[in-house]
Amino acid sequence: MLARIAVVAQYRCAAAKGETSSMAETHSLQELQQPVVSTKVFIQRDYSSGTLCKFQNKFPTELESRLDRQHFEETIQTLNNLYAEAEKLGGKSYLEGCLACLTAYTIFLCMETQYEKVLKKVAKYIKDQNEKVYIPRSLLLTDPIERGLRVVEITVFEDRSFVPTS
Amino acid sequence: MSAVMISRKVRKWEKLPGKNTFCCDGRVMMARQKGVFYLTLFLIIGTCALFFGFECPYLAVHLSAAIPVFAAVLFLFVMAMLLRTSFSDPGVLPRALPEEATFIEMEIEAANGNVPSGQRPPPRIRNVEINNQIVKLKYCYTCKIFRPPRASHCSICDNCVDRFDHHCPWVGNCVGKRNYRYFYLFTLSLSLLTIYIFTFDIVHVVMRSVDDGFLSALKETPGTVLEVLVCFFTLWSVVGLTGFHTYLISLNQTTNEDIKGSWSGKNRVQNPYSHKNIFKNCCEVLCGPTYPSVLDRRGLMRDDSPVSASSAAPSSSSSSSLSFSNSSKPAPATVTTRTTAPLIPNEHTPDDAKPSIDAPAAPGRSPEDHLPAPSFIPPLASPETDAEASVAKDKNH
Repeated sequence: MLARIAVVAQYRCAAAKGETSSMAETHSLQELQQPVVSTKVFIQRDYSSGTLCKFQNKFPTELESRLDRQHFEETIQTLNNLYAEAEKLGGKSYLEGCLACLTAYTIFLCMETQYEKVLKKVAKYIKDQNEKVYIPRSLLLTDPIERGLRVVEITVFEDRSFVPTS
Repeated sequence: MSAVMISRKVRKWEKLPGKNTFCCDGRVMMARQKGVFYLTLFLIIGTCALFFGFECPYLAVHLSAAIPVFAAVLFLFVMAMLLRTSFSDPGVLPRALPEEATFIEMEIEAANGNVPSGQRPPPRIRNVEINNQIVKLKYCYTCKIFRPPRASHCSICDNCVDRFDHHCPWVGNCVGKRNYRYFYLFTLSLSLLTIYIFTFDIVHVVMRSVDDGFLSALKETPGTVLEVLVCFFTLWSVVGLTGFHTYLISLNQTTNEDIKGSWSGKNRVQNPYSHKNIFKNCCEVLCGPTYPSVLDRRGLMRDDSPVSASSAAPSSSSSSSLSFSNSSKPAPATVTTRTTAPLIPNEHTPDDAKPSIDAPAAPGRSPEDHLPAPSFIPPLASPETDAEASVAKDKNH
């Protein structure tokens, strides 16, 4: 069961990177049978600080039986901090903007933007959290970028056929 | 005929809803009507070609060789900004997937409580407090999401766009969060280029007239007459537009908000996004972080849809060439109408949910707010409430 969720997570990661066909070939049919999705919880955006990318820290009731409030808040807070870092208006972003303008934005052909660097960090963090916290609890965190930075989607799977490790 | 099932790589842009055209296998994203964009290209390239052909040889010899060099640099910058504005994703918000849409519907129904049958449910609005001001988030019936603050639905492209400014037919795309600075730099550099060409046209004619007389000077350089004509009309519109956007940037407002009068008036909410400092506002809009596209156009679709061999070819081959589905006549208006042309408001009401707008975005078209009664009713919504809410809001202006 855990293995199946892990495969789904890996499959989604690979699909995001465009490696779908190879993933499909290497896994057997049984592993690809999706575990049953009980429900999906959507953490909405928190617009109290304006249009910055920030998610609400309110603990959803559907997860009460599965997840500690502390883990959830830590995940959301870290994500919020990462996105705040990406959108920070400071010397670095101004320098990047001015330099890019002077080169008619051709510099982005060879350089990665600040935001893109942070998005990679976010992807890594989510993968990490899934492995350590969410998959062991039959949950799956979806990277908000796959939902247009609108929601953090947490998929709740049925069948808790394992002993919690933590 | 036996169908051979092969799985072909389908990129996500092929399945994106909305009325955009994609080129170069998803790398380029534009609106469907591109006629006016081609006109813009023609005017800029044509006028500059005439300048390089008629003015530059004379001025490089008689005045300075730096003149054509600077003109070339400015021209390249203008083209780079124009193409960047036209080809990039303006900040389109992807539509809600079915589970998310259902989740939001359930939240709305829970919030509304029990509505007696026969009565209309209340309008779908969420109130958010931003910087001590109450901002209303409207629900988009097409995209099935509550639009983030400053986002708006463009009925021409049929997408919700973040920090929506306006849909500009001259660049053939929406102007939104991701491409607003390129649009501004395009208008600014185009103003400079127009002034530059106009000035040196005059200098050229004056210098020739001193030698040969005015009429014979004009006969020697017929291209100059054409250039002066184009530049004269372009100047008023483009310089005016640049000035207008400079004003908007200094206040951190969008064209959409300015037209709707969202932040003007004593009894209305003050702009919660402004830093109250012109320099900070300019820095944020022009030098702020470059937002990535959340559309993932070139990603591969997760479920490879099996397609029969006979039909697999056409759809993929048409995508790679520069093609567009809806060819339209370019707007008949001259460049003089540019000041009124780009300001196409986008108020999304369910009237626009299935827009029947096939005509090109002609300059000076009246806003979509005043479309006739809806012919399409979204399944889970009551369209009248949103229309009423927006009509009521308009009455309060």
